[in-house]
Amino acid sequence: MFEYAPAPESRSVVDIAGSYGLFIDGEFDGGKDGNVLKTVNPATEEVLAEISVAGPEDIDRAVAAARRAFGTWSALPGAERAKYLFRIARIIQERSRELAVLESLDNGKPIRESRDVDLPLVAAHFFYYAGWADKLAYAGFGPDPKPLGVAGQVIPWNFPLLMLAWKIAPALATGNTVVLKPAETTPLSALFFADVCRQAELPPGVVNIVTGAGDTGAYLVEHPDVSKVAFTGSTEVGREIARSVAGTGKRLTLELGGKAANIVFDDAPIDQAVEGIVNGIFFNQGHVCCAGSRLLVQESIAEELLTSLKRRMATLRVGDPLDKNTDIGAINSAAQLARIKELSDIGAAEGAERWSPECPLPDRGFWFAPTIFTGVTQAHRIAREEIFGPVLSVLTFRTPDEAVAKANNTPYGLSAGIWTEKGSRILAVADKLRAGVVWANTFNKFDPASPFGGYKESGYGREGGRHGLEAYLA
Amino acid sequence: MTVTASAGLSDLRSFLHGLPGVDKVGVEARAAALATRSIKTSSKAKAIDLAIRMVDLTTLEGADTPGKVRALCAKARRPDPADASCPPVAAICVYPAMVKVAAEALAGSGVHLASVATAFPSGQAPLEVKLADTRDAVAAGADEIDMVISRGAFLAGDYRHVFDEIVAVKEACGGAHLKVILETGELGTYDNIRRASWLAMLAGADFIKTSTGKVAVNATLPITLVMLEAVRDFRERHGRIIGVKPAGGIKTTKDAIKYLVLINETVGDEWLDPDRFRFGASSLLNDLLMQRTKLTTGHYAGPDYFTLD
Repeated sequence: MFEYAPAPESRSVVDIAGSYGLFIDGEFDGGKDGNVLKTVNPATEEVLAEISVAGPEDIDRAVAAARRAFGTWSALPGAERAKYLFRIARIIQERSRELAVLESLDNGKPIRESRDVDLPLVAAHFFYYAGWADKLAYAGFGPDPKPLGVAGQVIPWNFPLLMLAWKIAPALATGNTVVLKPAETTPLSALFFADVCRQAELPPGVVNIVTGAGDTGAYLVEHPDVSKVAFTGSTEVGREIARSVAGTGKRLTLELGGKAANIVFDDAPIDQAVEGIVNGIFFNQGHVCCAGSRLLVQESIAEELLTSLKRRMATLRVGDPLDKNTDIGAINSAAQLARIKELSDIGAAEGAERWSPECPLPDRGFWFAPTIFTGVTQAHRIAREEIFGPVLSVLTFRTPDEAVAKANNTPYGLSAGIWTEKGSRILAVADKLRAGVVWANTFNKFDPASPFGGYKESGYGREGGRHGLEAYLA
Repeated sequence: MTVTASAGLSDLRSFLHGLPGVDKVGVEARAAALATRSIKTSSKAKAIDLAIRMVDLTTLEGADTPGKVRALCAKARRPDPADASCPPVAAICVYPAMVKVAAEALAGSGVHLASVATAFPSGQAPLEVKLADTRDAVAAGADEIDMVISRGAFLAGDYRHVFDEIVAVKEACGGAHLKVILETGELGTYDNIRRASWLAMLAGADFIKTSTGKVAVNATLPITLVMLEAVRDFRERHGRIIGVKPAGGIKTTKDAIKYLVLINETVGDEWLDPDRFRFGASSLLNDLLMQRTKLTTGHYAGPDYFTLD
């Protein structure tokens, strides 16, 4: 066998401070009440840094700073705002190696993905929205669209920097200012981004980063001087936010969970479909809201496809996220690992057949082997609930109509995939799927020009593309 | 389905057209992703030695002379005269006219002797000429024949013609191994490459080979990936292991290692063997030797420390 020697990316390329304050009005300072959280490397459980927990007073300060900055920032000509965004994009490209290592350390995702997917997309988002900043009058939202004010943004831990980019780039391009709260398990790349803002000489207060857990997020979204709330995360928290924002006049976009169907027809390009299935569910350890977590395969090719899929899964390399050859890294937190284990055990208890390739896992850290469940039906909990881990539920269908019916039979509607060599079938099926993104003969492909968002319990509003401007303009 | 030599044209066509399609974007993305594997230190050293043992050291020029071929043969036997631990290459690959010279030069070395035949590189000659070409090469001492398919017939949909030619050449080969060159750069689509691979395997090829090295697009990673998937699936269906040979355009150690990664993660270690996988190349060998020396000594030696072919 051709064994690959360890090929670790050097972690010394990035400096991590022992502790981090809050980034408010262009300066770092500690939280007023002195509470801290520890952020750990999920691959080793090593503590990476202590971060401040922002309390209500800190949120007041951050929102006030953003409100002060709003006056001058929103009055800048679009072309001037664009210069800052272009500058940020270029700095991110220049410092992408540092950021990729930091992201993999704090999140557990493989360096191959943070280097080849996350960071290029982050830079692309800033470049893309920089381009819109002086063309807002032509975006289709009236001749002179206005920014809203202070955007309170709360982002998840699965793509820490990319979700930051999705939130901050359109907000700044449209003339809003921002208070952003990263997830408590993955705050480091957002704090690094604060340094990027300083390097770009972004005026103080335009971007503020406040760290903390759920309470901090709640203070932020409930703050009366926040004009716009943008949240990406679980449907459960999304509901709470929708409740707290209701009736306040704040604008709200929610990007929530998913349980996407990846539909493979009998005339699919099989080898590429297998890659798409693997990429759909095992990319980023399955910590992807639009993950293809339900495989719907036409019964006539199910056996053949599963054989190919298992053979392919046996080559997945699970382990050290900083090793350049790692395909699947660490689960982001002990809590998430417990959730994945719980739902997987339920799947087995409900009678689905569980399979994982032989796969040694490290002793320390949070790990879960790539897993598929066959013999799953619509009645199984693992076919309905979002697992948010490397666990695939395999269901079969007989006809295109049945595939569409099963794909849509979920409270979610974020994404879907269609695999067939027949172009007419792609169009016909895509038309009937109630999902915000439908991929054809590919999966988990992202581009800043393409709007992203959900149907039903997957949320509302769109991020990305021209559509993504709308949430930040009146 | 088993296609036998007696099967009709319609059977062959429906079988080949019934193979699953290849999605161009997907196969190229997969090949590009595998190309990012980072092969270092001990695994790099093993990969380099394996790659050297897989080289079909090739000269296919109008200007080839006995002197040039003898020099190449000497190099094939002992690629690095300064280092006795360096393995010999798999084979020498020459035109039929040069086989006799090469056979003498390689006698007793264990290095195989391959000859292109069948009106290489275009394949545009009557079958009788192709068969005579093949028999001559075998009679002169070639134990491997690299034939070209009639791309014209393939593209015209005359699969039976291509199939029958391969069967006939295989017979003319006698005991010699047959590598069938698909000339993938002229086939236009990955679907065609998959079909041509199956056609060649069903007709009795021992190896399927990408290219002559004489057209604009020669071996690429995605093309080789499609061919590896074909030999993998053929083995599952028919139990026979067919080799794969990318040829043309592979010039660096880095390139060669990408191919080894492709094998490793597509068909597995049974194909990590010079009997199952070859590189059709010439300048690749010196880069492999240079990297090999770098790994053992810790520094690069200049090009004059490696022999001219």
